[in-house]
Amino acid sequence: MTRLIDYLQANMKMLVIVCYVGLVAIATYSATVDTHHAHTWVEHNVPFFWSIFGFCAAAIIIGIASWFGKSGIRVDEDYYDSSIWLDDES
Amino acid sequence: MTGSFIHPALIMVIGALLLPFIRGPLRKPYLILIPILTFGAVLSNNTLTGNFAPFQFMDWTLEFGRVDKLSSIFASIMALMALIGTLYGMHVKKSGEHVAAWFYVAGSLGTIYAGDYITVFFFWEMMAFGSVFLIWFRKGPNSLKVGYRYLIIHTIGGVVLLAGIMLRYQAVGDIEFSLLDVRNPQLYTWLIMIGFALNAAVVPLHSWLPDAYSEASFNGAVFMCAFTTKTAVYTLARSCAGMDILVLLGVIMALYGVIYAVMENDIRKLLAWSIVSQVGYMIAGIGIGTELAINGASAHAVVHILYKSLLFMGTGSVLYMTGKTKFTELGGLYKKMPLTFFFTIIGCMSISAAPFFAAYVSKGMIIGAGYETHLNWASWLLMFGATGTFMYNGLKLPYFLFFGKNNCSEETWEKAADPTWNMLSAMAIGAFLCIFVGSSPGLLYSMLPYPVHYSPFSAYHLAETLQLMGFAALAFFMFKKYLEPVDRQVLDIDWLYRKAGLFFVWIAVNPLQWFDTMWSKVYRVVGIGTLMETSKFWSWFDWNVIDGVIDGFARSVRVLGGRMRVLQTGQIQYSLYAAALFAACTMIAYALFQLA
Repeated sequence: MTRLIDYLQANMKMLVIVCYVGLVAIATYSATVDTHHAHTWVEHNVPFFWSIFGFCAAAIIIGIASWFGKSGIRVDEDYYDSSIWLDDES
Repeated sequence: MTGSFIHPALIMVIGALLLPFIRGPLRKPYLILIPILTFGAVLSNNTLTGNFAPFQFMDWTLEFGRVDKLSSIFASIMALMALIGTLYGMHVKKSGEHVAAWFYVAGSLGTIYAGDYITVFFFWEMMAFGSVFLIWFRKGPNSLKVGYRYLIIHTIGGVVLLAGIMLRYQAVGDIEFSLLDVRNPQLYTWLIMIGFALNAAVVPLHSWLPDAYSEASFNGAVFMCAFTTKTAVYTLARSCAGMDILVLLGVIMALYGVIYAVMENDIRKLLAWSIVSQVGYMIAGIGIGTELAINGASAHAVVHILYKSLLFMGTGSVLYMTGKTKFTELGGLYKKMPLTFFFTIIGCMSISAAPFFAAYVSKGMIIGAGYETHLNWASWLLMFGATGTFMYNGLKLPYFLFFGKNNCSEETWEKAADPTWNMLSAMAIGAFLCIFVGSSPGLLYSMLPYPVHYSPFSAYHLAETLQLMGFAALAFFMFKKYLEPVDRQVLDIDWLYRKAGLFFVWIAVNPLQWFDTMWSKVYRVVGIGTLMETSKFWSWFDWNVIDGVIDGFARSVRVLGGRMRVLQTGQIQYSLYAAALFAACTMIAYALFQLA
């Protein structure tokens, strides 16, 4: 398994192409699937709906986490042991 | 014990008490024997239905053995987890760590089988006090502080729960642990719900979880990730099913946990945030309250214990071998820890609900129940959270831990290797069960509280899942530079608790201390001065008035006694003469008085 991973890392371009082909295959497969199990209108009527949803949801989560992380809530590891915090305590 | 019911918690407690005396070659077989016996007792109990092991306590009949499908499925997975967890930490020499873990398991099993609130409360507290030692036994620089914080929070939760139990007893007059009237909630309903919700890490009562689980010992975290929150899920399913607010709280948990996990740098803290998120699905399911939703919550609790313990075992192995838990100090470990990598990837796929892996058969039940009850907003947001789950747990964790940039120091890289055989065996069992449950869920479904009319293996579900995962992965690799771990901690709601704590300390140190000092001065000047003057007066009064009267009376008696003494000669004839004379004088006086 380690060798396989080494091989894939050494042939990254090929791996990326395989992944893109896989994504196209998944999207194509989704277009052929019976949607009677779907619960909502958009699932029935928007092609590749879950592909779009998956990509957008991931991008939005990354965006929110990135913005939130830069909003001032990331602090030093010893924040609660820092003198500022302890001064407050005293 | 009553009939054929065997309380598994009793086996765990007796086993824990005897463990320190078992040494030498018998120790390891003993460590496996007790969890096997416990698991056997649970399997035996699964054949029963009803209430067992009643115990009269004051005016109440305590029920230690309520067996039904809900208690059976939770007890089964807890007992199985006790076996896997003990196997994983079998090489740990400190008996105390095993004893604490087994008491913790006993607390969980006791709560699950409890038929009344008094018994629930007793075992509930046993869980808290057993588990805190799993934090303290790590003996890290922060372990003591974190353990105390954990204990304080759970004690507060216990007090809230107890208040709810007492108010309920006052209102309805019984202690039966059953479904509350969630459509007409009273104060006690809320208190009981909050007491249970705190252990389920419901936002905003969740901060203890990432704080404690990331600080527990490498095998302590494997136990902790399974028992506290899922026992709380059981209690909420038992008492608060259908309580609307839980849907909202569950959705908030699912999303809040995702955002924090995405930002996290510590691998075990990431998993702890993941617990908050995943338990959110269960809480939402309990809030929806339909048969499908309760089945989904129960099934998800079972598979969650399997994959989460597997993930904690994988990351625990990294901690055990390298001493490190931060992405910024790790990376590229697939070469050094290939088996750990393999098992962890199975855990990652399982939590991501990848087809034929554990959560694939459970998460859809909860989301589907939301759609069926027209709570579409909840189901959409849970799907949104599910995408996030795959991103941080299916992609970020393995990518930055096993691939990505190698941040290991030379020393860390040297230490990195697959762990001991027992740790690998426990991970192998966990990985096998994740795949087994995910690909053939029949056994799991047969154990659920209600009949199951759900099949996860539809073509639509498969296409939906593959699309979500495939295109979320595309977004991850496109934007992964924004997810690069940073060696900083992320502030959470506990910042408010800590500030509130500091404010309390400030109040004690400043205004209260000032008032106390002032009061001491006032007392010294006014109180003690007045007291001294008053004392002087009473001293004078005592000396001159009280003593004067008493001493004067005593002096008079002494003088009179002296006078009388000279009249006494000591000869009886004089005494007879005086008595006869006194009697004659008295009679003459009486006669004269009568004649007059």
